[in-house]
Amino acid sequence: MSTSSSNRSGVILAVATFVLLGGGIALALLWAPEDADQGPSQRIFYIHVPLALTAYACFFWGAWKGLRLLWTREERYDLEGYTAVHMGLIFGLLTLATGSIWAKISWGVWWSWGERQLVLFLILFLFYSAYFMLRYSLEPGASRANISAVYALLGVVLIPVSFLAIRLAENFIHPVVFTRDVQDNLPTEMLVTFCVCLAGMLALAATLYQNELLGKRLDERVRELREVLQ
Amino acid sequence: MSSGEKYLSAAYVVVLLTVLAYLLIHSLRLARLSRELGELTEQARAKAAADG
Repeated sequence: MSTSSSNRSGVILAVATFVLLGGGIALALLWAPEDADQGPSQRIFYIHVPLALTAYACFFWGAWKGLRLLWTREERYDLEGYTAVHMGLIFGLLTLATGSIWAKISWGVWWSWGERQLVLFLILFLFYSAYFMLRYSLEPGASRANISAVYALLGVVLIPVSFLAIRLAENFIHPVVFTRDVQDNLPTEMLVTFCVCLAGMLALAATLYQNELLGKRLDERVRELREVLQ
Repeated sequence: MSSGEKYLSAAYVVVLLTVLAYLLIHSLRLARLSRELGELTEQARAKAAADG
């Protein structure tokens, strides 16, 4: 991709993020109806769930890049996979933080170790945190790229487990919002708001991913240039 | 402001502050890279002058 078209797509993505996320938050705070049971705190849902889904998407993206690396042996996928996991961790951390705030107001506790869906998300988060320890404990090169790719691929197995745990849990403290039963689903205003927030969060992740990747590539090139000059 | 509204504000503020912190770190890194590139350009010029 040429530099100018890359710049243009970056600007378009940034504008889309601003419009979608700004619009989504405005809808969540001003337009979506208030939940009869939880009151205003239910509006945390519009950022908490999109954050969690975006974290899953980033981890999937990292695993996909890992698979591409193992398949094609192209070096660029290593940095792309690493950047995706990095983004996933930021969104994962925000999921835990917003979930904890929501738990405090809804359940009266910041965290519940008895809830397997919470613990599974924490395990997923810690698993990908360890990705960094693994990566920085190895010498840069093909071996580190391959091991990191395999690790990212292994972590992706935890995503459906973490996602399904919310549905399969016997103890339903954590709410299930999207079900097959039409009557139990969200009202249209809430669903529209949620979809806009999710699109905004995914656009934010894509923008941050693009910028982070650019920064990491620049870092790498500056290091190479220094080695050549010395 | 009710306690529900306080927690709601806290959740949105946490997200906003994290994104802002990330942008700050990213801009600091870009500033460092720009400075390092400047130094390397000077080194390359000095090397070219010495060689030529």
